[in-house]
Amino acid sequence: MREIRRWPAAELAGRIKKREIKAGEAAAAYLEQLRTAEPELNSFITVDEEGAMAQADRIQALVDRGEDAGPLAGVPVAIKDNLCTRGLGTTCASRMLADFVPFYEATAVERLRAAGAVILGKTNMDEFAMGSTSETSAFGPVKNPWNTAHVPGGSSGGSCAAVAAGQSLCALGSDTGGSIRQPSSYCGVVGLKPTYGTVSRWGLVAYASSLDQIGPIARNVEDCALLLQAISGGDRRDSTCLGREDTDFAAGLTEDVRGLRIGIVSDYFDQGLDEQVASAVRRAAGILQRQGALVEETALSLAEYAVPAYYTIACAEASSNLSRFDGVKYGYRAGAQEGLHAMYRRTRTEGFGTEVKRRIVLGSFVLSSGYYEAYYEKALRVKALIVKAFDEALSRFDLLLGPVSPTTAPLLGNTGENPLQMYLSDIYTVSVNLAGLPAISLPCGLDAEGLPIGLQLIGRRFGEQTILRAARAYEKACGGFALSPMAERGQEAAGSEEGRKRDEKSPDGTEGKGGMPA
Amino acid sequence: MKKQYETVIGLEVHIELATRTKIFCGCSTAFGSAPNTHVCPVCAGMPGSLPVLNRRVVEYAMAVGLATNCRISPLCRFDRKNYFYPDNPQNYQISQLYLPICRDGHIDIETETGTKSIGIHEIHMEEDAGKLTHDDWAGETNVDFNRSGVPLIEVVSEPDMRSADEVIAYLDKLRLIAQYLGASDCKLQEGSMRADVNLSVRPAGSDVLGTRTEMKNLNSFKAITRAVENERERQIEILEAGGRVVQETRRWDDNKERSYPMRSKEDAKDYRYFPEPDLPPVMISREWIESVKKRQPELRDQKKKRYVSQYGLPAYDADILTSDKKLADLFEETLAYCSNPKKVSNWLMVETIRLAREHGIGIDQVDFSPANLGKLICLQDKGTINGTVAKEIFAVIFADDVDPQKYVEEHGLLAVTDEEAVRRAVVQAMEANPQSVADYLSGKKKAMGFLVGQTMRAMGGRADPALVNRLVSEALDEAAAK
Repeated sequence: MREIRRWPAAELAGRIKKREIKAGEAAAAYLEQLRTAEPELNSFITVDEEGAMAQADRIQALVDRGEDAGPLAGVPVAIKDNLCTRGLGTTCASRMLADFVPFYEATAVERLRAAGAVILGKTNMDEFAMGSTSETSAFGPVKNPWNTAHVPGGSSGGSCAAVAAGQSLCALGSDTGGSIRQPSSYCGVVGLKPTYGTVSRWGLVAYASSLDQIGPIARNVEDCALLLQAISGGDRRDSTCLGREDTDFAAGLTEDVRGLRIGIVSDYFDQGLDEQVASAVRRAAGILQRQGALVEETALSLAEYAVPAYYTIACAEASSNLSRFDGVKYGYRAGAQEGLHAMYRRTRTEGFGTEVKRRIVLGSFVLSSGYYEAYYEKALRVKALIVKAFDEALSRFDLLLGPVSPTTAPLLGNTGENPLQMYLSDIYTVSVNLAGLPAISLPCGLDAEGLPIGLQLIGRRFGEQTILRAARAYEKACGGFALSPMAERGQEAAGSEEGRKRDEKSPDGTEGKGGMPA
Repeated sequence: MKKQYETVIGLEVHIELATRTKIFCGCSTAFGSAPNTHVCPVCAGMPGSLPVLNRRVVEYAMAVGLATNCRISPLCRFDRKNYFYPDNPQNYQISQLYLPICRDGHIDIETETGTKSIGIHEIHMEEDAGKLTHDDWAGETNVDFNRSGVPLIEVVSEPDMRSADEVIAYLDKLRLIAQYLGASDCKLQEGSMRADVNLSVRPAGSDVLGTRTEMKNLNSFKAITRAVENERERQIEILEAGGRVVQETRRWDDNKERSYPMRSKEDAKDYRYFPEPDLPPVMISREWIESVKKRQPELRDQKKKRYVSQYGLPAYDADILTSDKKLADLFEETLAYCSNPKKVSNWLMVETIRLAREHGIGIDQVDFSPANLGKLICLQDKGTINGTVAKEIFAVIFADDVDPQKYVEEHGLLAVTDEEAVRRAVVQAMEANPQSVADYLSGKKKAMGFLVGQTMRAMGGRADPALVNRLVSEALDEAAAK
């Protein structure tokens, strides 16, 4: 059991295809860890044991018949609960959709299944992906597997916690303003937000359509690339999906960063950044430099305008995207009402949580007549300037480097009263969404409390290959990334029978030799 | 004494496009199916669904824009119009506000005082909403999303019209343009063409616009005429009484022949328009415009001119034949079987229109094959049947689309061309009516017509009229010679 959970995706799929183990064994191993850790973490909203085992059987049948079972054959994946899954509840962590079961499937999920992945279940998140702590869920907050007194980050907190705790080998999240990168940073896993238009948004319940992008969360860079490769590419059902053909992300994965020009975004190291985070990130930059990258400081103007511009645009779109939840067609409907408007009002008052309502009100306000020009249009102009600033910086550098978040994971229950504080913690991530660029979050050490710190690499439009190459080089240089102690604990608890197979661990060093740089 | 007032009218016309599938999904646009049978996640507003623009919608909008002399925007965009209503599954409508597809066009209409140009401010594309039905018995309201996502264009005119007649002339012109393009069937009653009337009045000679109202729920040309007259009177009365017209939307009740306020400007909705983030801008290249232009069919005005110049038809005929696309199509298709344009025109202008009225159907519902009308005209030309029989057969063709040749054979309707039989009938007619013969001989040439009629009657109406004429004339000449 415990060995199975040490293998990265390519190795696991390879062993299943070589019939060294059965797909069902892999699924069972993860489901067991999922159940073990779940009471402490609350990272899942729906666990689909039956569906997972059935898919594992299908994969096994393909393998047994000698057919191609796909690049992710038998690889367990957890899906953020804002991605529609056919026949499986999709709640967006909201009371509004608590009983909603889609009859259609997100393209990304469809592609994962086609690649042979086994869907374990749907992960907890901030309600409708609105939040940075995974505390706004109607199904209770998610805990950080490194220290359950802390949040896992958000909004893809469930997906990141699940990977960090070894409940799933990898996961899908969505990133509108940092929702993959920030929880990946807090949970010490690898999370990538692709270039806007790389992954089809069909079936992703929209928060802010012009910024939303689905991306992979994994425990190492190669798995991240494999997962991204499986879900990328054109889709006729999403007009904003670009139909990229350069999606062979795993094959092009080398660790050579010699001559790569990396700019450290100096503005990100100004005030407000935790010192431990700052030094860990600078240390990471040093590691890349020693690998042969040309690293220097660079300014990126407008950083301070990114957060207000982001919240204006994202909330404006959200106010419209979420108007369909009205109790008429599906989802929650408040009990017997006198008249249509009372039904609308009660349904939306009771169905949405506070943070969602706050953003709907904010978004409706900035779009309303008399304020549109002053807020929404101005935000669009800021966005255009941010795009320009990135273009300029990325004409001089192949990658930009900085922190993911100003701090490590805060304590649970600390952000409720001060949403503005929470919004400001998105300062290093939101501008990447506004510019539509790809960026990755990589573990780069622990703070004094033992909480993970994240390093962000931002690439050019369509620059995922370069990001992954640098990420891989960094990962190798620091001997791989460790999962949370909880994942290890689960493995110990799983017994020592397979202990003798330990030497078969992957070359990526996922055995957990404390891969964090010292 | 009452002041003189001028009425100023602008129209917003919604036209449902004749695409097979909806504007943002692959669902059928077919009308009249069981509720919610043409729906999918997109047009039902399900979470996670996304719109994909139907290219044909853009092409139809371009076609109408070109035919109305508009500028086609090289880049246009969709915007969201946000409002809550249960027939609107997303609670926003995808429409175009900031960058519509067509701008600055005009249509020429014929008025009593000559040709007048009516400006077109813009044409934009949007999606239709679903339909609510109220079940009073069960006390519930149901929603049908079959119509949700059916493509529409909205044609917004400048306030260039001054009377109900001009409004009707404009609408009729617009309807014909869309019909000729195949862009829409434009049926007011079925709602595939809907007009909202913006109307204000001002003292004659003034160049300042008065406060306008917007009139909705106008389901026929007659209702539009009545509503325009009524609203003009209402506003003048208010002004004469020293009052002020309130800017508001009003609803026309055609049964009561009056309108009611729906909502005033003060409680006008704030639609919070913003660019639709799920759809990239639509880039319209010069090549695309050219290819649509190339496929543009002949429009009414061109056709009318051609019918006169090419077929030598009177202008009157050309006007009627082109007044409905169906009629013009029938005309041209029948010509393939019969080379006499004027005869074809007569059958269509007179008999076809008469029969359609008798059957209580619109010209667009007329359904007989041009081949059968063509054969009928040939049969008559060859003298195989006479005019009376031809009319009789045409009524059957109109109703059941029969082959006239077969019908004539099966029903024994061939014209009698046997000279001996006709001659016997002529002799009988003359013997039975000596007075008429005497009248003729005394110079009353009209009496011949009576004898011809009597002969035809004796032949059961089936004799070849030319033959009867000749034989009667010969017999009378003979009698005169005696």
